[in-house]
Amino acid sequence: MENISDPPHALPGDFAIWVFIFAELTVFGVLFSAFAFARAAHVDLFNQSQLALNRGLGAANTLVLVTSSYFVARATRAIKDGRGLLCGHWLTGALGLGVVFLALKLFEFHQDYAHGITLSTNLFDMFYLSLTFFHFMHVLMGMAILAVVAYKAYAGRYGVEDHAGVETGGSYWHMVDLVWIILFALVYVIR
Amino acid sequence: MKYESQRVAKPYFIAALALFAGQIVFGLIAGFQYLDGTFLFPEIPFDVAHMSHTNLLIVWLLMAFMGAAYYIVPEEAQTELYSPKLALITFWVFLGAAVLTLFGYLFVPYSQLAAMTGDKLLPTMGRGYLEQPLPVKIGIVLVALSLLFNITMTLLKGRKTSLNLILIGALWGLALLFLPAFYFPIDTVKASYSWWWIVHGWVEGDWELILGALLGFILIKMTGVDREIVEKWLYVIIAMTLVTGIIGIGHHYYFIGAPRYWIWLGSIFSALEPIPFILLIAFAFKMLLRRRREHPNKAAMLWAMGTPIVAFLGAGLWGFMITLAPVQNYVHGTNLTAAHGHLAFFGAYAMVSLAIISYAMPLLRGREANSAAAQRWEMSGFWIMVISMIGITLALTGAGIVTAFLQRMGAHPLGFMQVQSKERVFFWLREFCGLCFFGGLVVYLRSFFMSGEYEYSDEAIRALAS
Repeated sequence: MENISDPPHALPGDFAIWVFIFAELTVFGVLFSAFAFARAAHVDLFNQSQLALNRGLGAANTLVLVTSSYFVARATRAIKDGRGLLCGHWLTGALGLGVVFLALKLFEFHQDYAHGITLSTNLFDMFYLSLTFFHFMHVLMGMAILAVVAYKAYAGRYGVEDHAGVETGGSYWHMVDLVWIILFALVYVIR
Repeated sequence: MKYESQRVAKPYFIAALALFAGQIVFGLIAGFQYLDGTFLFPEIPFDVAHMSHTNLLIVWLLMAFMGAAYYIVPEEAQTELYSPKLALITFWVFLGAAVLTLFGYLFVPYSQLAAMTGDKLLPTMGRGYLEQPLPVKIGIVLVALSLLFNITMTLLKGRKTSLNLILIGALWGLALLFLPAFYFPIDTVKASYSWWWIVHGWVEGDWELILGALLGFILIKMTGVDREIVEKWLYVIIAMTLVTGIIGIGHHYYFIGAPRYWIWLGSIFSALEPIPFILLIAFAFKMLLRRRREHPNKAAMLWAMGTPIVAFLGAGLWGFMITLAPVQNYVHGTNLTAAHGHLAFFGAYAMVSLAIISYAMPLLRGREANSAAAQRWEMSGFWIMVISMIGITLALTGAGIVTAFLQRMGAHPLGFMQVQSKERVFFWLREFCGLCFFGGLVVYLRSFFMSGEYEYSDEAIRALAS
């Protein structure tokens, strides 16, 4: 059982995933910087085009991902107590919410297309579609990772002493969630 | 060498080196023709020298990759190769086709070659690196399928390591990515797209996976570092390669009639393509620092450490210099591109091929490492070739910058040939460095003809004496 008086840990999970997380955050960071750079030159266009976005769906997706991250945190808590089955259930829940995110996002893409929003419409739409598509792919990858971890949790392959895999996969999922929060704020909200 | 069937790698490696030598000869001819356009005209016109140079490059690298696969896959899978006989037959078919193709380029006018070989049925000839006649292209697919069948069957019956999965997966990718060679539409935009799916898909995607796998194998064997650590690094490197390289193809789409959003997507993602090369340097040196033994094959270690550095310089640094759309607008297709191409191909793919040959050849010849004298010749060859290639790169960079300023910028840009005539000093420099490179290659090849193996007793005597 962890206590406030325990010594501080190194980064949770495998160090390799943190190298990958750092690299991914760098890529997204560059993308966000490019977005900001482009916006600076076309403020009115960006403000105008932003109005066409479905902020409700975006907000719903934010709630979905944040909740899924909470589920992943609960899963990590469960395995630290040695409860593999419960860990698996929490991860399954997180995966379910991942499916909800994908469905909502796909519906949003469908709506965008119906309204004539494509990569070639204007610079804002190009960034909006590229950023959210790129993030979509990372949600898919995160779900693949969580699925593997969930499978192993159900199979009893993790325990109190040995559950680095759960923390590793969970860290990646939290990164995906974090990126969405920044993306939502930057692209959907901030004017 | 742990499995008898690994022997089939040897002919592939020997052919690779012979074709490499041929490549450089044609390179020297083409390079000299920049200075004297009538050199060897009409027997070997520039276009023939050029395509012989580039086609030989691709074929010798493929020979090296195939040899590497036949060496690595059985050892990783811990079982004999599925069919050594098939591997040998495939070798002769591939080598025969390559030689035949080269003769076709040299002795038959290209349009006649096209007419003779059914280009009218399905046009595939005429694009860079894809000059091969249709039957040869089909032959390449069959050779690839033979390799894939053989190593996949081997994998299925043996141990499935991450490294093997990456290598074999990448080789499947290599074969699949070659298929657009058969798609050559009249629409030049579509033709350009498909060409880049092969070229970019190979050298800025699929082949980087092969590079990682080959380097990873050499480092596992030579440093004794845990396989899990090496494989973990490889996964991160491969992930970054694909994340940056797939959309990074856009840096070839700026000026070919593609939608405007490629200016942004290509610039952003291709700017990040150096990341996997930085990681490769960190990976190689980290493994070296963590090594648990001093492997007697110092030459192979030198190739293994040199590869990621030169690869980063050529692919990462020089590539970055020409990748952003606003810059490429002025330097597209100049000698800056040629500079990048030479250093990148040499660093990333030629050097890793020479590294695996350096590691495996002694073992295939029955010893852990060559004699200290042979290794000294080999390492000298390494340094002469690397420094010469950097010289070639700098010379071409100079020429490219001159072109950008005189021909692409300013109020009164000069014409192409006028600018070329002003760049002669750079072409002389390039040719001189090319000759030095050839000298380095000769020194390198000499090391293979020196007998004797590494004497541990000499090392012990030296250690005790100090």
